[in-house]
Amino acid sequence: MVLGLYNYWIVVLLMMIGFYIVIAHGNLIKKLVGLTIFQTSVFIFYISMGNVDSGSAPILAEGVSRYSNPLPHVLILTAIVVGIATTALGLALAVRIKEAYGSIEEDEIQIQDQLTEDNSKC
Amino acid sequence: MLAHLPILQVIVPLMAAPLCWFLDRSKLVWLFALLVCGFSCLTSIALLQQVMSSGTIIYQLGGWDAPWGIEYRIDELNALLLLIISTIGTIVLFAAQTSLQKELPKERHTLFYSLYLLSLTGMFGIVATGDVFNVFVFLEISSLSGYALIALGKDRRALWAAYQYLIMGTIGATFILIGIGLLYQMTGTLNMDDLANRLAEVNQTRTVFAAFAFLIVGVCLKLALFPLHLWLPNAYAYAPSIVTAFLAATATKVAVYLLIRFTYTVFGIELSFSILPLQNLFIVLGLVGIFAASTAAIYKTNVKHIFAYSSIAQVGYMIIGYAINTSTGLMATLLHLFNHALMKSALFLALGAVMYRIGSVQLSQFQGLGRQMPLTMAAIVIGGLSLIGVPLTVGFISKWYLLLATIEAGMWPVAVLVLLGSLLAVLYIWRIVETAYFKPPLPGREPVKEAPWTFLAPIWILVLANIYFGIDTRLSVQVAQAASQSLFGINP
Amino acid sequence: MIAIAIVRTKDLLAVVMLTGIYGLLSASFFVVLDAVDVAFTEASVGAGISGLLMLAAITMTGRTEAPKRHKPLLALLVVLITGGMLIYGTLDMPYFGSFDAPVHQHVAPRYINDSMQEVGVPNIVTSVLASYRAFDTLGEVAVIFTAGIGVLSLLALPQRRKPYLVDESGKEQMYKQHIVLRVISKALIPIILLFALYVQFHGDFGPGGGFQAGVIFAAAIILYAMLFGLDNAKRVFSLSLFQLLAAIGLLLYASVGVVSLFNGGNFLDYNVLADDPIAGQHLGILLIELGVGCTVASVMIIIFFNFAGRREAQQNGEER
Repeated sequence: MVLGLYNYWIVVLLMMIGFYIVIAHGNLIKKLVGLTIFQTSVFIFYISMGNVDSGSAPILAEGVSRYSNPLPHVLILTAIVVGIATTALGLALAVRIKEAYGSIEEDEIQIQDQLTEDNSKC
Repeated sequence: MLAHLPILQVIVPLMAAPLCWFLDRSKLVWLFALLVCGFSCLTSIALLQQVMSSGTIIYQLGGWDAPWGIEYRIDELNALLLLIISTIGTIVLFAAQTSLQKELPKERHTLFYSLYLLSLTGMFGIVATGDVFNVFVFLEISSLSGYALIALGKDRRALWAAYQYLIMGTIGATFILIGIGLLYQMTGTLNMDDLANRLAEVNQTRTVFAAFAFLIVGVCLKLALFPLHLWLPNAYAYAPSIVTAFLAATATKVAVYLLIRFTYTVFGIELSFSILPLQNLFIVLGLVGIFAASTAAIYKTNVKHIFAYSSIAQVGYMIIGYAINTSTGLMATLLHLFNHALMKSALFLALGAVMYRIGSVQLSQFQGLGRQMPLTMAAIVIGGLSLIGVPLTVGFISKWYLLLATIEAGMWPVAVLVLLGSLLAVLYIWRIVETAYFKPPLPGREPVKEAPWTFLAPIWILVLANIYFGIDTRLSVQVAQAASQSLFGINP
Repeated sequence: MIAIAIVRTKDLLAVVMLTGIYGLLSASFFVVLDAVDVAFTEASVGAGISGLLMLAAITMTGRTEAPKRHKPLLALLVVLITGGMLIYGTLDMPYFGSFDAPVHQHVAPRYINDSMQEVGVPNIVTSVLASYRAFDTLGEVAVIFTAGIGVLSLLALPQRRKPYLVDESGKEQMYKQHIVLRVISKALIPIILLFALYVQFHGDFGPGGGFQAGVIFAAAIILYAMLFGLDNAKRVFSLSLFQLLAAIGLLLYASVGVVSLFNGGNFLDYNVLADDPIAGQHLGILLIELGVGCTVASVMIIIFFNFAGRREAQQNGEER
């Protein structure tokens, strides 16, 4: 019975690696990379559920009776586009942050912000 | 054309956004965007009337039947939300032209208006749709434009705030995506109505529980429910004033809507509240949120921060009403959605006016403004009173219903704590009032003039609405009641 | 494996490369799982565009990651809880590949059995994407458009008055060194563009469609820009042209929907576009795929040009 789910478990493992990068790492670009991995693993999860044993790609052809489920494919096409859009925007932000703060490390930015905050209080 | 209103609501601002690029002059684009917002406002009023008189509207996109195609489904709840978003969007936009002059370089104005319209589109899309995956797509439209809008803030901290929001928001959206995937796997459908029917068969499975958990956590990230609120204060504080006024009044409301929609319509009350311990969890989180955020607000020195934390606290009130899980409780939440949108947009817009005149919203800079900008400061005072929940303002109405609901459900301790939470609001509002009215103007600063009328008009429309709906509650209560009763399946 | 390597590696360049490989691997995984359309997209996006953008970004932000200081214990805890929740959720799932899972029984059969009669396109993914769930796709185009505007609002520079003409000659020389590359790519670029067009219009029958075509098209232009210099590329393809195209793509898509409104159908109902429903479906799908391709290609190019333009501006700033 366990074997029937192994595919999902691998996906979960990948997701968690990506998720871990996002929260544990301080480098802004690395966080975005983590986010990409996290999202891509979710995509794999969707595609896995659309798969059918001995099915073929969902393009109608003669002599094929079993197709994979096309709906998850459509959803993931959309989600991939959304993912790249987010990544692009995030990278643009990272570039601007680098220009404004001279760093893309989370804690250095926080220290600088703390300084500005203190200055404005005086 | 009347039958097509649901789609026009979404598609008009969507098409207007690229059209902005063809109009080059900032003022022209502003007028155009204002026109579009006004149109969507009229659309949402017409939709609300239609729903109230003849029940739920269903609109099939592409002409395909529901579980195969995507459908729009507008009931009282959606119509109310659409009305809130479009009205606030229009009124706030009115002041945009003036406010942007000081806060944004001229060549970015067109982009700003496109993003604003896209953000509006995203929110309309989330609210109007009856398809869970479509929710995800439009959620991303509204969030991406939200990140970009926040990053337009003058301060470099706006960039950092937008980045944090982007990371948190994307995690939230991905969680929602996982939740949708799990649901789809168990039922084979994405349509909300269809999901509700088919989930009834499998609602005891662990996969559905997991789906529920992921959707709720994802939505709560967007909602900024304590303790997932960390992105919110800075995002609100450093965004351009107009953006703050707009997002504060609408974005969290949309998330609350999603929460209500998922728990009540998709999963059903039985699963959400009887099988899982959601009720107590949310009441506790709501209460802790109210106290933690209000206390934080008392110690902040940036007035935008103060009101941002107060927003988190107000989310707490909404969550309590929702978690009580009675028709009255939900009604209190819906009323508070409406009322809080009115208060916060007025308050943040007034702060925008202060920003316009003195270029800062530090509390210390507010000294003496009570006399120099009397109309703006009066608006802040009335908005603040409404936030506290003083009678004759809208804040009182929603708190009143919330108390009724807690007492009805026999939760006395919660009622007392809610009242105590309001007292904390008195403290932070008083700090602003004290500085503005009872301290002498800052030495060495030129006398500050009153804000221009393009600010005052929208601010006072909102303030008067605060008072009007606080006295004449027929309209708002009627709609909120109808919406909550239809969610509970009670026929009035 | 790759994912773990990414966690450990500090050099961001290597990380980006590994991400590209990860994208390629997942693309091949998609092929194994019969999702050819998705694989195509993931290959061009995951391994192509996103890697490219990340590279452009790290040239501006620096390559190395600072060593970690804070304790990742809390993060690990959160991740473990989430992962545990997911594993818990999988326990009641239908098994991988089983045919009687609800996914295969409820909505999908209609797509598989009837889409030929209803839409008339052999590629089921295309017919679902562009017809049954066309509104999602419109949303997707809007997302990409939003990202384009967002990047523009963040990175766009004020119009330059060409003060850098002097050091342009130096740059010319740099590009001249890669003469072999330039000759080959001159021959390649038209082929890539042609291939993009093929993918664009062939989406009805095989894997492909507006989005993939847009990305490939963008890749060709970006290749040109990388080899011949951004300024040259901008001279050939002006940025404002692409802004216009991006807007037109989205408008084209949405107006197909509006036209069907005027023809008496619901929004995006292609049946009313022509006398014969199938012809209407074909026309509708063709037009919206064109819109998708248009917007995607132009937005990708806008994003890349802005990243690259920002970098050159930075370098010029540093030299002075």
